[in-house]
Amino acid sequence: MNPTPYIVLATILFSLGSAGVLLRRNALIAFMSVELMLNAANLAFVTFARMHGNIDGQIVAFFVMVIAAAEVVVGLAIIVMIFRTRRSASVDDASLLKL
Amino acid sequence: MTFPWLTTLIAVPALGAVLTALVPSGRSRLAKQVAIAFSVLTLGLAIAVIAQFDIGGDRYQLTEQNEWIEALGIYWALGVDGIGVALVALTAVATPIVALAMWPEAEESKRDPKAYFALLLAAEALTLTAFVAKDLLLFYIVFEAMLIPLYFMIGMYGGAQRRYAALKFLLYNLFGGLVMLAAVIGVYVESADAGTASFLLADLMALDIPVETQRWLFLGFMLAFAIKAPLWPFHTWLPDAAAEATPSNAAFLSGVADKVGTFGMIALAVPLFPEAAEEFAPFIVALAVISIVYGALLAIGQTDMKRLIGYTSISHFGFIVLGIFALTDRGVTGSTFYMINHGLSTIALFVIVGFMISRRQSRLIADYGGIQKPAPKLAGVFLFAGLSGLALPPLATFLSEFLVIAGTFEQYRAPAVIATVGIVLAALYILWLYQRTMTGPVGAENAETRDLGLRETVIVAPLLALILALGVFPRTVVDVIDEGVGPSLAEVDVQAPPPLVTVTDQAAEGDDQ
Amino acid sequence: MTLTNVVTLGLAAQAEASQEVQEASGLISTTWLLIALPLVGAAVLLLGGRRLDRTGHLIGCAAVIASFVWAVVLFVDMLGQDGHERAFTVALWEWFNAGGYEVRLDLLIDQLSIAFVLLITGVGSLIHIYSIGYMEHDERRRRFFGYLNLFVASMLLLVLAADYLVMFIGWEGVGLASYLLIGFWQHKPSAAVAAKKAFVVNRVGDMGMVLAIASMLVVFGSSSFQIVFAGADGAQTGWLNAIGLLLLLAACGKSAQFPLQSWLLDAMEGPTPVSALIHAATMVTAGVYLVVRSAAIYDLAPEARTAVILVGTITLLMGAIIGCAKDDIKKALAGSTMSQIGYMMLAAGLGPAGYAFAIFHLITHGFFKANMFLGAGSVMHGMNDEVDMRRFGALRAAMPATFLTFAVGYLAIIGIPPFAGFFSKDRIIEAAFGDNVLIGLCALIGAGVTAFYMTRVMLLTFFTNKRWADDAHPHESPRVMTWPLWALGFLSVAGGLGLLYIGGGIVDWLEPVTGEEHHDLPVPVAVLIALTMLVVVLGAALAWFMYQRRPVPAEAPAGNPVTVAARNDLYGDAFNEAVLMRPGQYLTRSLVYVENRGVDGAVIGAATAVGGLSARWRRWQTGFVRSYALTMLAGAGLVVVAMLLVRVP
Repeated sequence: MNPTPYIVLATILFSLGSAGVLLRRNALIAFMSVELMLNAANLAFVTFARMHGNIDGQIVAFFVMVIAAAEVVVGLAIIVMIFRTRRSASVDDASLLKL
Repeated sequence: MTFPWLTTLIAVPALGAVLTALVPSGRSRLAKQVAIAFSVLTLGLAIAVIAQFDIGGDRYQLTEQNEWIEALGIYWALGVDGIGVALVALTAVATPIVALAMWPEAEESKRDPKAYFALLLAAEALTLTAFVAKDLLLFYIVFEAMLIPLYFMIGMYGGAQRRYAALKFLLYNLFGGLVMLAAVIGVYVESADAGTASFLLADLMALDIPVETQRWLFLGFMLAFAIKAPLWPFHTWLPDAAAEATPSNAAFLSGVADKVGTFGMIALAVPLFPEAAEEFAPFIVALAVISIVYGALLAIGQTDMKRLIGYTSISHFGFIVLGIFALTDRGVTGSTFYMINHGLSTIALFVIVGFMISRRQSRLIADYGGIQKPAPKLAGVFLFAGLSGLALPPLATFLSEFLVIAGTFEQYRAPAVIATVGIVLAALYILWLYQRTMTGPVGAENAETRDLGLRETVIVAPLLALILALGVFPRTVVDVIDEGVGPSLAEVDVQAPPPLVTVTDQAAEGDDQ
Repeated sequence: MTLTNVVTLGLAAQAEASQEVQEASGLISTTWLLIALPLVGAAVLLLGGRRLDRTGHLIGCAAVIASFVWAVVLFVDMLGQDGHERAFTVALWEWFNAGGYEVRLDLLIDQLSIAFVLLITGVGSLIHIYSIGYMEHDERRRRFFGYLNLFVASMLLLVLAADYLVMFIGWEGVGLASYLLIGFWQHKPSAAVAAKKAFVVNRVGDMGMVLAIASMLVVFGSSSFQIVFAGADGAQTGWLNAIGLLLLLAACGKSAQFPLQSWLLDAMEGPTPVSALIHAATMVTAGVYLVVRSAAIYDLAPEARTAVILVGTITLLMGAIIGCAKDDIKKALAGSTMSQIGYMMLAAGLGPAGYAFAIFHLITHGFFKANMFLGAGSVMHGMNDEVDMRRFGALRAAMPATFLTFAVGYLAIIGIPPFAGFFSKDRIIEAAFGDNVLIGLCALIGAGVTAFYMTRVMLLTFFTNKRWADDAHPHESPRVMTWPLWALGFLSVAGGLGLLYIGGGIVDWLEPVTGEEHHDLPVPVAVLIALTMLVVVLGAALAWFMYQRRPVPAEAPAGNPVTVAARNDLYGDAFNEAVLMRPGQYLTRSLVYVENRGVDGAVIGAATAVGGLSARWRRWQTGFVRSYALTMLAGAGLVVVAMLLVRVP
């Protein structure tokens, strides 16, 4: 099996995701971009698992999915709360967490 | 299976702490009663433990050993030797007295009084565990966990600068503790290398650790203990803590809790690393002598009564450490006895100064004067406690101080001679304090000073009676301590030379030389 | 070096004088009662509270008198024993045993200790009775008697102990009682300061005691008299000299000998009965007792003995000179006490030739000095507590009993035969000449100066012109105060002759403990006695010319440099202040500074540095999520690059 196309695809997805996080101000979009990065990593994990012929990578991929799901639950709740109080979903507006 | 006395001894104050905390707020009187009842119950249990201690029996008695984390060789292992049983007695006696003395202090602070008492009982439980732990990790855990209740007691109920003092106390001790943690892990690694990984003290003492490793591990332990039982130059947290904590809290802190440090030196640092202890002993003796003189000189220079007593404790801890690292039987026995006596004497001093502060609302010596006129009993107990602080025979403090000096003199002549300067300085700081506060003409603001009340008499009388009784009839206590000291020093290859002249009782036996 | 000498008890030659110490049985085994009675008295009086205010003084007197009666009973019992079988140990309980060092609370009652016991309880009883009158108007009289009883109990323990460490309990106990009694009038700052000074100076001496006992542990492994004295023969001279010098330091502190003499004059702040009992008759002589008791050590430690002689000689001259210039009657007497104890020390330093005379003089001095102090107290009592002799004068008519008894004491101290002091002091001067002519001359000069200053005290107080304060109405003291004066006066007359010649006399009595030795004198004894008398008369005559022949001014004249120096205690305090106190204060103050800025400052500095650094680094936290994300990306990139770089080669 030739892993290169999968790795290229994962790289492209990861780059898209990171560009999204860095460039977009909307919290929801940034959030989706994070998911994209996670999935890029998942893809890479599964690819390498297949390549090496064991299931370690696939197990990690499952962990990542579980964490992503948990993250969505917590993260979305926070975003919704911020949106409710501030009427804005821009991540730059919520910059009070500093001294 | 025999009754787990020591576990019960620890569990009772711990339970008391929980129950005190659960008392509904607003019913502070009930909380105090619960706390005092549990501390008295603990005292009863401690008496039961002492009664079962058999002089001449095994080194560790009333032992218990249960696996805790089997994979790592960690045990819930308890047991007392002569040194431990003496310190258990001190802790158990001191806590009800301190709790009684806390009674009005809790009211004066604006916070919930029940937490104050719950924290005291928690600190008692942890201190007791440290004195009976026979597993290094268990000791380490309670050694560090003790900081939590004490931190909150200083930080919540103390004087104006309490937060600063509490933070300083915590950071100093945490720092020492972390270095010790590294050393604890080091010992564990040594034991894993030797075969079975275990934290049991009995296993660790059987190890034959190379001297180079011992040095580092010993220093790691000693740093923690030198901070806890403040040794110059790691002492500066104590005067702040003593000055800012409430008087009874300061009494518990320097009278009881700090003894864990000197206890650790005798029970852990010396027997675990005997060669390193021998090697470093001269340096530590030097630091101890500096502590004695330095602490005493600074006590003379203080203007705040509580700070003054804090510095006297540094001087006295110097004596205790000096005796320990003389590494002679007499020195170490004297030091252990000193721990008990210093506990009683310092608690008495802090508590009595607390009585004075509660009347005048000032810690400054300059605000007092001529108190003996309106309050002769207060002046009397203050002088008595002060005399125990300056080690006047036949008070118990004298005997221990003398044994320390004599034990040191066998090994180190010059340090012993310098240490005796401490007895002159002690007379100076105590009597000058007494002179400035109690004698002379009485000013208008002190003319109405209330004399000792009933509750206050009940607090002070047992302390002073114990100090006197232990001085006149010290034999049993000294025997018990001696019992524990021998094995602790067994690994150390320092023997005091035999007397130069031996006087025998039989007629015509042996010739000169 | 592990040379261990083995000495066998019993066979040990304890100098020339050795007697077996036996286990006490029968009457003697109740020796502990002597201490217990006043101790119980003290406990009852001090803990009893106000309900005992009205009867307290009677309890205090009863306790001491009972102790005295019991001492007499024991003494009579001892008289019945054979001359060399009068030493007994009374075992009480084992005090402690730490690391092979065993100390038993044993008492040793022998010829030396019973002599002290009789002096302490006898003179003590008289002074207790006197105090009933003297302290009558003091609202804290009960407490005063409690402290006095505590003192008597401690002093008895001091002289009855059979172990140096047990003796140290009594040693410090009398120090405590002295502290409490000097500062009895605590509302007076001067009294509180004097009390503290006495205690602290004594503590300097205690250093010597503690180190001496520690040395004994190294050398003998024990501090009990029996073992130490028996082993002294086998010990190295160096150690014995060290122990002897350390014990001498202790003795200097307690007995106000040079260089630790400065506290005694200040101690006169205490009530006068205290000065009489503690600071004249008994406690201050404890140093002499210590030296005599340690005879077995000093006999083998020549350098230490020389030091004792030197200290004694210096102090006897210093005290006498100070006594000449003081206008305060109590301070003049205190200077005299210093000087007389100097005589005793000198005698004790002479070894077996002088031990017995030291004790002899100690006892007669106890009689006549207590007598004179109480007399001074009686004068003060009648003169509104005035102590300045320049405000006295011509009091002999107003207080005849006080005058007569004081005069007897005066004749005794200057050594006019047949009064007590003549016999005892003369023996010391003889013994001093027997040892060294220079020392003997010093002792002789001292006798002349003594005659001068005592005549001065006598004249200024009871003769010369009236210089009373306007409101003074001198009157004789009540009988409860004069009666003890008569008793002590009688002892001052008869004590010397009695002690020297009744039975075998005190020298024979003490011989089993102290040994006996005679040196040949450079001149016949009769010549020496005549010479001494001549010097004494010269001294007294000089005082007569200076004070009786012309009126004494009520204000002290400026005086010559010697007088000024003597008034300032020969600058002992100035020396202490300049060399110890001021540098000490400076040291303390600078250490407080070092502590706050240096030791603590280093820690606080480190904390501040960390704090400052984090304040700077905190700026990196902008709060913008996307900048954090960029940092993370950059970091991840760095890690990747690093890994690639490491892997390449």
